[in-house]
Amino acid sequence: MATVFKKPHALKDLSMHYCPGCTHGVIHRLVAEVIDELGIEGSTIGVSPVGCTYNNYEYFNCDMQQAAHGRAPAVATGIKRVFPENTVFTYQGDGDLAAIGTAEIVHAAARGEKITTIFVNNAIYGMTGGQMAPTTLLGQVTTTTPFGRSIEANGFPINVSEMLSTLEGAVFVERVSVHDIKNIMNAKRAIKKAFQVQMKGLGFSIVEILSTCPTNWGLHPVDSMKWLEQNMLPKYPLGNFKGKDLEV
Amino acid sequence: MGQKKLMKGNEAIAEGALRAGCRHYFGYPITPQTEISHYMAKKMPGLKGTFIQAESEIAAINMVYGAAGAGARAMTSSSSPGISLKQEGISYMAGAELPGVIVNIVRSGPGLGGIQPAQSDYFQAVKGGGHGDYKLVVLAPSTVQELYELTIEAFNIADRYRILTMILGDGIIGQMMEPVELKDDEEVQVIEKPWATTGSGMTREHNTITSIYIQPEVLEKHNLKLQAKYKAIEENEVRVESYNCENADIILTAYGSVARIVKNVIKMAAKEGIKVGLIRPITLFPFPKAEFEKYAEVPKAFLSVEMSAGQMVEDVRLCVNGKRNVYFYGRMGGMVPTQIEILNNIKEILAKEGK
Repeated sequence: MATVFKKPHALKDLSMHYCPGCTHGVIHRLVAEVIDELGIEGSTIGVSPVGCTYNNYEYFNCDMQQAAHGRAPAVATGIKRVFPENTVFTYQGDGDLAAIGTAEIVHAAARGEKITTIFVNNAIYGMTGGQMAPTTLLGQVTTTTPFGRSIEANGFPINVSEMLSTLEGAVFVERVSVHDIKNIMNAKRAIKKAFQVQMKGLGFSIVEILSTCPTNWGLHPVDSMKWLEQNMLPKYPLGNFKGKDLEV
Repeated sequence: MGQKKLMKGNEAIAEGALRAGCRHYFGYPITPQTEISHYMAKKMPGLKGTFIQAESEIAAINMVYGAAGAGARAMTSSSSPGISLKQEGISYMAGAELPGVIVNIVRSGPGLGGIQPAQSDYFQAVKGGGHGDYKLVVLAPSTVQELYELTIEAFNIADRYRILTMILGDGIIGQMMEPVELKDDEEVQVIEKPWATTGSGMTREHNTITSIYIQPEVLEKHNLKLQAKYKAIEENEVRVESYNCENADIILTAYGSVARIVKNVIKMAAKEGIKVGLIRPITLFPFPKAEFEKYAEVPKAFLSVEMSAGQMVEDVRLCVNGKRNVYFYGRMGGMVPTQIEILNNIKEILAKEGK
C-alpha cells in the first residue's frame, strides 16, 4: 500500500505536551518537513526557548540546545560562529523574543547573523498562565490585564516583523499564519525560504507565525482560529516585509 | 624555545587563551579589563577565530553558552558589574555542564562603584553568584606570568570537568606590566566532546544541551552528579603557595595582588624579628583547606588581608576551625592596603595574643 501520510523524520514519533488545539504542533511539523525536504537534519542545530516550547529539543531529531529566556539568538550566534556551514535556527514565542529577549533578537538581526528564527506570536504568555505579552492586543483580557490591555497602563503591542525589517542585516522577514490550510501551506513555503536564505549565507531570516492559545484565550480551538483571523490579522497583517525576491 | 615579552596583565590573559586554543571570544566593554577585548579583536581574524562585541554582558555569556555547547573553547571577560549581569548565563552553563572560561578583573562596588581594584567579588565567585547549587573553579593569579599560565590551565580544567572556570583578578594585576615567558608549545589538553551539538550527521542520536529537568527525582540526581564533580575537583585541583609558615608567629592569608604586598610585609617584619608566614590560595574554589589545617596550630594567630570588607576570611575561619583566632584587615572602595598598615596590624594582633 502506498504511504500517503507519515511523520517527517526530523520530528520524533512522540506525543507532544501541548494543549488541545494549540498550533505549536502544526508549526513543529512544518519546520521538520522543511528540514527533511532540504536534507539538512544531520547538519542542523536548533535552539529551544523558555516558554511552552522549552523542551521541543525532545521533539526535533536534530541536535538542539536549550537557551535561557530570550537568549536563543545569542546562543544561536555562538553555535553559528563555531559551525558557519551548519544550519542554526531558534524557535521562540512572543514573550521570549519580544519582551525579555528584545535586545538579543534585534542585535542578532542587526549583525546579519546567518541564523533563522521561527517566531510564534499568539499574543499571550502560555506557559506561565496567560499573562500579557508584548504582542497582546489592545483591549485583550489576560491574567495581568484583567480589564483588558489599556494604552494608559500597558502601552501598545509590538509589530516585530515591521520593526526588524528596518534593519539591514535582516534580509528575509515574513509574517504568516496557521489558522487554515491555505495559510499553513503558505507558512511552510516561508519557513523553507527562510532556511534557504540562511543556507545561501545571505543574512538573518525570520518568519513570524500567528498562532493560537485556546487554553489561555479561554476559547474552543475552532473559535480560536476565528478569533485569530478576526482580531490578530488586522493588527498583524500577513505578508513579506523583506526578501521576497531573494534568489535562493 | 620560548620568548620573554613585557605584557600587560589583561594582554597576558588574552594571549594565554589564544595559546590554549580559544578561538571564540565574546565580550562587552568595561573598565578595567577592556584590553582583553582589544587584543582579541586584533588577533582573532588572523587566526580565523571569532571576536564579537556583544550587545550586552548577557548576550556575551549566552554566546559562550552556544559556542561551548557546540564544543568550542569559548571565553568571555568582564569586570564586576558586568559579571553580575552574566550570572544568569553562568548558572545555566553550570546546569548544562558546559565548559568555558570567564575572566573577572574585579573593580570596587557595590553598584557602579569605581574602577579601582577590589576583591569584593569573592563571595560572588566562590559561593555562587547565580541561582542554584553550583560551583565554579576560581583561579586567583598574583603575577602577570600566572595570569598567562592559569588562563591556559583554566581551559584544560574546564574541559576536563565540563565546568566553568573563572579567572579572578583585579584592576592592579590586569593593568600592570611584567615580563612573561611564553612557551611555543603550551600544554594544551585536547579532550573529546561527544556530547557537543555539532550536527548529528545522521550517524548518531541527536545531542541536547539543556539545564532543565522538570521531574524532581531526575533533577536531584543531576544535582548529585554535579556535587560529585565538585568533590572530585576539591580532591584533585587545589593549588596553593605557602611561604615561611614553619615556626611563624603569625600566618597571613591573601590572594591575587594583595599577596604580593604581604610578601613585602614578611621581609619588613623579619627585620623586626617577627616571623610572618603566608598561605596564598591560588584556587579559591577548591579552597586549600588542608594547607590551613596543616598549619592551624603553628602560629599564634591568623590574619586575612583583603581588598574587601572581609570575605575570604570566613573560609579561613572555617578551616582553622577555632584552633586560633583569625583576624581580618581590609580596605575597600579601590583603596589598597599598605605594607605599613599591615605590619602595624600584625604588631597589634601579636600584642593582644601575648607575644
